[in-house]
Amino acid sequence: MSEHHEVASKEKYGMVIDLDKCTGCGACTVACLSENNHYVREDESDKLRSVAWMKVYKVTNGEPFPNTKVAFIPRPCMHCDHHTPCVSVCPVMATDYNPLTGIVSQIYTRCIGCRYCVGACPYHARYFNWWDPVWPEGMHKLLNPDMSPRMRGVVEKCSFCNHRLQKAKDKAYVEGRRDLRDGEYVTACAEDCPTKAITFGNMKDPESAVAKLIKSPGAFRLLEKLGTQPKVYYLSNESWIRALGDNALGRKRTARPA
Amino acid sequence: MDRAWIPEGVQRCSAGAFYSWMALWLFVLGAAVTTALLILWKGLNQTNMNDYFGFGAWITADLGVIALGAGAFFSGFLTYVLRVKELKALINFAVIIGFICYSSALLILTLDIGQPLRGWFGYWFPNIHSMLTEVIFCITLYFTVLTIEYVPLILENRKIYANPVAHTLSHNFHEAMAIFAAIGTFLSFFHQGSLGGMYGVLYARPFAFREGFFVWPWTFFLFIFSAISTGPTFTVLVTMILQKVTKKRLVPRESLSVLAKIAGWLLCGYVIVKIADTYYWATHILPARGLTLAEQYHGYQYGLWLLFAEIGLCGIVPALILITRRLRENDKWLVLACALASFGVVLNRFIFTVQTLAMPVYPFDKWYIYFPSWQEWVTSMAVIAYGAVIISLSYRYLPVFPYERDLNPPAR
Repeated sequence: MSEHHEVASKEKYGMVIDLDKCTGCGACTVACLSENNHYVREDESDKLRSVAWMKVYKVTNGEPFPNTKVAFIPRPCMHCDHHTPCVSVCPVMATDYNPLTGIVSQIYTRCIGCRYCVGACPYHARYFNWWDPVWPEGMHKLLNPDMSPRMRGVVEKCSFCNHRLQKAKDKAYVEGRRDLRDGEYVTACAEDCPTKAITFGNMKDPESAVAKLIKSPGAFRLLEKLGTQPKVYYLSNESWIRALGDNALGRKRTARPA
Repeated sequence: MDRAWIPEGVQRCSAGAFYSWMALWLFVLGAAVTTALLILWKGLNQTNMNDYFGFGAWITADLGVIALGAGAFFSGFLTYVLRVKELKALINFAVIIGFICYSSALLILTLDIGQPLRGWFGYWFPNIHSMLTEVIFCITLYFTVLTIEYVPLILENRKIYANPVAHTLSHNFHEAMAIFAAIGTFLSFFHQGSLGGMYGVLYARPFAFREGFFVWPWTFFLFIFSAISTGPTFTVLVTMILQKVTKKRLVPRESLSVLAKIAGWLLCGYVIVKIADTYYWATHILPARGLTLAEQYHGYQYGLWLLFAEIGLCGIVPALILITRRLRENDKWLVLACALASFGVVLNRFIFTVQTLAMPVYPFDKWYIYFPSWQEWVTSMAVIAYGAVIISLSYRYLPVFPYERDLNPPAR
């Protein structure tokens, strides 16, 4: 619950995703899977049980051909800034809001797997480990040593690649700096996006690219009316895409996942 | 064979018939235990839950049995605190039903968490902001109270009671029962409320979110109200079923009528506040989030009929039956009303649990259907077998119904 934890900090990390640049290639999802030591089962056809911290939704404007328009909405964890829904409900404090960075993280060894946080999150950003993690023979050597794998029966989610923040801070410390430069700490998805649709950085640094982008006229956040104050912003010049960001009275739910 | 263990002056079926009856239920229970072990071994992938439906049949069953078990604390409150003397005839049985409901809820919860071995973290690392923490503590404490209320009844078994220690212990427990009833009432009020609060605080889930008073959303009070109005109807219902099965009158009819009447008036009150809550939700809470009431219901499984079934068929109808003396005094109408009210509260818990998660919050998402796997069905339905075993054993060996002898004089 961030409003109870406001502290003087120079950092608050956030993300901006330009939907007009996103081609839906899924590189962000793959980068995330690889960076964060996700396992992949032989059969991943049940998408409601398939772990994807960075999930890409395909949406349409709901119009019939030839007026159909398609867009892709990559969705990481929103790292909600106001009364973070998952943090306040967790009975064992396995979900943590860091007031110094604004990052919401999960303590896997604390989680009891009650899934109350899964129910609390309207963004479907939380995933439960329905199976034991199993990697193909020899793939253990390719795992990221900075990221712990998760066991069966616990909930996990996007951490804004928190381990990269630790690394960047270590590097800055060695170089005698206390503050990070813009772009020094970025998430795997932002780094790997081939169209540079994803920008990541410190929203409190007025000179950062993120801080400038969130002031763009086409910037919006998902489900803003709920009041969760996500730290993930989206950009689009298309009004129908911006309209999909939230529910509105009097508008038919014609757009649907393609 | 077991005649010495059966209370004096009452008639029970032969040992052979009883053991055959028990074998049937134990077989069902055995199947459920085997299924539970399968789930513990293989994990929750054995269920049909997923990342959209983090809660499913088990949480519905949990909330359902806890609401139905409210007959125990509320009857205790009426009997020991408000001194409604007619209820002394069924308070023992109400406690047994409560014990069954709460113990089965705890067992199901153990299955439902992904890391059962970490269940104790709930006590060790409590998050005081979480309604679930309140639930964990209150259920545990109230289950302890129920056990304390049930133990003296066990000690009153003819053979056990002959032991002077058991005799004294039982007597002392009885002396303190009013205190336990009061503690149980306090705890139970809170956790019934916390269970409702669990949903009401989900401010990012428009189907469940409610505003409220201080830290408690209105669902906190709605869950208490629905539990105290339907829990007693379940107590009446199970008593009527037991009377039918045993072919005996076990409690005076007046006791059932008094409890049913109280439940009926409470149900009237509940239905009124539920309608008011639904109206405010539809006209204020949902529009503020860009949503309408119609968008909260979908298709057949999640259709608007659920709202009418919950409030109308299972709320208004049984309430009217129960407050109408002529209908309440008729066994068939009484059973119908109690069954509808009991079903209604389970339906309410299902709606809050599953429909909350099914309703797509994103404008670009769709409704998904959840249907429990056979493993979830078997383990949930095991509550019935477990209840049948506990009730059968208690009925046969313990003096559950103090007026049974008077109501069933031995044939000349």
